[in-house]
Amino acid sequence: MLCILLGVLALHLLVFILLIVSTASSQWTVEAQGHTDLWYNCHSVSQGYRCSQASNEDWIQAVQALMILAVVFCFVSLLAFAYQLFRLFKGGRFYFTSIFQILASVFVMCAAIIYTVMRPDSDKDYGYSYVLAWVAFPLSLISGLIYLILRKKD
Amino acid sequence: MQSNGGWKGGGMGRAGPGMRGVVGYKPGDSGVSVVVLSLLAFCSPSSTLFFFWFFPSPPSSHAPSGVGTLPRQSPVRFAASVHFLGGSSNRSQKTMLRVLALASVVLLGIAPQASQAITVYTSWERHALVGSDVRLSCTFFSWRFISDDVSFTWRYRADGSRDTVSIAHYAGGEAYTDNKGVFKDRVEFVGNPKRRDGSILIKNLDFSDNGTFTCDAKNPPDIVGRPSSVRLLVFENLPIQAGVITGAIIGVVLGLLVLIVVIYYLMRFLVARRVFSLNVSKHGKKKKEGSQQRQGPAPPADPSKMKAAASEKKKQESRKDKK
Repeated sequence: MLCILLGVLALHLLVFILLIVSTASSQWTVEAQGHTDLWYNCHSVSQGYRCSQASNEDWIQAVQALMILAVVFCFVSLLAFAYQLFRLFKGGRFYFTSIFQILASVFVMCAAIIYTVMRPDSDKDYGYSYVLAWVAFPLSLISGLIYLILRKKD
Repeated sequence: MQSNGGWKGGGMGRAGPGMRGVVGYKPGDSGVSVVVLSLLAFCSPSSTLFFFWFFPSPPSSHAPSGVGTLPRQSPVRFAASVHFLGGSSNRSQKTMLRVLALASVVLLGIAPQASQAITVYTSWERHALVGSDVRLSCTFFSWRFISDDVSFTWRYRADGSRDTVSIAHYAGGEAYTDNKGVFKDRVEFVGNPKRRDGSILIKNLDFSDNGTFTCDAKNPPDIVGRPSSVRLLVFENLPIQAGVITGAIIGVVLGLLVLIVVIYYLMRFLVARRVFSLNVSKHGKKKKEGSQQRQGPAPPADPSKMKAAASEKKKQESRKDKK
């Protein structure tokens, strides 16, 4: 029982960390001279690095918003899990936790899809933040479904 | 108010000119005098003699019986008498005086030296449309009063260029603007230097005006400072401000979440209440019929009062349930 609990908690924390790293670092697209998006476009010029704000287009802002919302919902689901762990009646299911976690995964999926579709440079490589976002999506979905199935004992 | 250069280290050894500069406050200013006199409390006895020379009228009561006989006098003389009595002041007063002395040392001794520099503030970045006017603001902070020789200088460096040209200058009460270069007749000094504002207005912007504008302000004798720059970006059409859509989406989703939670709890509460209020209205009707036999129609306030009491009871019960 304790192993399952720890495993589920570890998965949740992993998803949370993945989401934070993916949201915070600006490496969604990489190229030879720099990296761009989500928040900054940085290019290496002759004298060093020059960074400017990411383009203000609506889709970038939507991706930003969805990633932030995913982080927030994941955090809220972590809090809800902690709360329900101690306050739920015996045999109950972690509904709140799983709802928020599934919502977080939906948001990450939307963000990643919007970014993939609307990206202007189709020939440049993807950076690690983009990959982490796509990895976080199924992990958070699985985590949410586990919470749905999990029942509280003792 | 002059902060003296010689006022170092709390003026302990330099009781003469330094003290005069600071004790230029009127003796009626009791708060400051306490601070000053607390400094004296730290000083050697020689400075206290000087103090009594400065305030010609000595305290009227020399009674060694302690502080209790002196409250009628002004705080200046009170503190002076405390020190004059010396040994009769107890430990707590001594520590308080020492703390005050330390604080005043920090405030009067160290602060003016550390912040002789002038700090200039401008915006970080300004966005503007082609053909429009933009006002670049520049203000400064200085520990000294605004002198008549306050000066502002605006320089411009185009994007990708290494040269800096001067485009506006204010000195000696007169404003001078560019009359030969790129900004000829387009720059106007609109600031109010008496109020520390050295802003300029640039009219009829063009794409070639993209660049960095540097403002340098000097307030003699406070001249040490770093100029501050503002970047001007000229657009054809203003892009959406960064973060507006982001904030809107986040706000809407979180607001919906809060709304859903509130509605959920409200529905639960209302359903429970509706069940209970049915019983109340039945009771209310019975009571009404009963009271009608005795008096006229019952006032309408009664059923609502009963409902309020019932809802409060229900709230308490639901709280107990949750626990």
